[in-house]
Amino acid sequence: MSDATSDGSAATDYSSDEMMTVAAARELVNGTVCFVGIGLPSTAANLARTTHAPDVVLIYESGCIGAKPDRLPPSIGDGVLSRTADAVVGVPEIFTYWLQGGRIDVGFLGAAQLDRFGNINTTVVGDYHAPKVRLPGAGGAPEIAASCREIIITLRHSRRAMVDSLDFLTSVGHGTGSGHRARLGMPGRGPTVVITDLGILRPDPDTAELTLFGVHPGVEVDQVREATGWPLRVATGAGVGEPPTAAELDALRSFEAA
Amino acid sequence: MATFTTLAEAVAELVHDGDQVALEGFTHLIPHAAGHEIIRQGRTDLTLVRMTPDIVYDQLIGVGCAAKLVFSWGGNPGVGSLHRMREAVEEGWPLPLSIEEHSHAGMAARYQAGASGLPFGVLRGYAGTGLAEVTDTIAFVDCPFTGERLAAVPALNPDVGIICAQQADRQGNVMLWGITGVQKETVLASSRAIVLVEETVDHFEPRVNGQVLPSWVIDAVAVVPGGPHPSYADGYSERDNAFYAAWDPISRDREQFAAWIDRHVRGTADHAGYLQSIGREPARV
Repeated sequence: MSDATSDGSAATDYSSDEMMTVAAARELVNGTVCFVGIGLPSTAANLARTTHAPDVVLIYESGCIGAKPDRLPPSIGDGVLSRTADAVVGVPEIFTYWLQGGRIDVGFLGAAQLDRFGNINTTVVGDYHAPKVRLPGAGGAPEIAASCREIIITLRHSRRAMVDSLDFLTSVGHGTGSGHRARLGMPGRGPTVVITDLGILRPDPDTAELTLFGVHPGVEVDQVREATGWPLRVATGAGVGEPPTAAELDALRSFEAA
Repeated sequence: MATFTTLAEAVAELVHDGDQVALEGFTHLIPHAAGHEIIRQGRTDLTLVRMTPDIVYDQLIGVGCAAKLVFSWGGNPGVGSLHRMREAVEEGWPLPLSIEEHSHAGMAARYQAGASGLPFGVLRGYAGTGLAEVTDTIAFVDCPFTGERLAAVPALNPDVGIICAQQADRQGNVMLWGITGVQKETVLASSRAIVLVEETVDHFEPRVNGQVLPSWVIDAVAVVPGGPHPSYADGYSERDNAFYAAWDPISRDREQFAAWIDRHVRGTADHAGYLQSIGREPARV
């Protein structure tokens, strides 16, 4: 448990996963409309909703709009989502009127593999036609990545995940670099931030290459370089982020325990 | 008009070897009982269609009912992989499984086109993705009015669509509510439709996101309490999350999987027998 004593104080006893979830939650601005992937993104989005962003609107691809779960839903179609939603619509409608219609501010996604331009693989490890590991596949991610105004990505940092070259391009981030999304006719800005258990990366404003923007407390820059499959650039002025507060940790832990 | 039948009669009459079959459900209202009945009756060479193939498709694939899978996300939600599906794709066991892979938005557009009687659906999607390269049912067209390049996907028109609803009335109209996924599109796109319901009622009441499908677009209605298990029917049962977790070790091992199917599916006469065999009552909320 946290050994912090008051709400705003910094905790010292927390896991790297908890740091990642808290850092990801902080990226979600109150009042935004967010299309949420299951797993890490859903945990982070709900942490945001129960802490600094009570008016965030969470949308799940099962058709739940404005879901307010009081416990962690194990799947995107859990009853706690539909029962707490402002509206429930069919799956074709959520992808047409709501996502493709341009109603979503932020898409919150995970990834099995991510490359330096924020492109995502959730399809296969190895060759597509003779896969080493068959992953679940695209789900809603390709069009979420295309149509939301911006994309937040969260995943655990390792050479296996942060790769030089994707085995398969499931969802386009910045493609081959700056300007590629516009050439593909994608309305949204693409990934604006990647939160891992080691730090925070943002696309370089000129090249769109993911660049280390900050490390979590206790993490060294070399450690992040070592865990990254491409030669990682470090932004000028990259610093150390804030540890979770006691309030953030309590909210996360009570939500996960519910 | 829909005929009230047993699930066994509906599958025997309406699901044939080699058919393209969609058992749809988006986490909620998944027609597991129908998948089990297809296994009991030993159907083969099926093309299985589903946006989110999960445990019931793992079972159908693992016993060798399927030759092909058309899908957009295949996994055990909140748990991990579908190990029978993975072994079929990675090792060709028990049979090679060909796959036709889309995104959710693409699959939804395909069902909508199928239900609408159109040859293809259109969406802003797939641009720049690997799916556009490996899936030959993804193409691109130019909008005749704006010139925008858009993705085109062919209509899905399954031979048989199978869904769960919560209720049927005495005339065989059915009502579903809560998360309704692509169930309406599945029924309207399919040549034949089977609907499993929890119970029959005299009159429907208004519900959140309630949808009524009229009797005359359905071929067979079967009353199967607990039919979605381990999925759920809002108002009737809760999702059996423990079962989804328990499926992982069972499905990892060929022998354990085969023993489980023999005991709980092939070794039971119907869905009530299955629920009794795994120690679950048709749960009531």
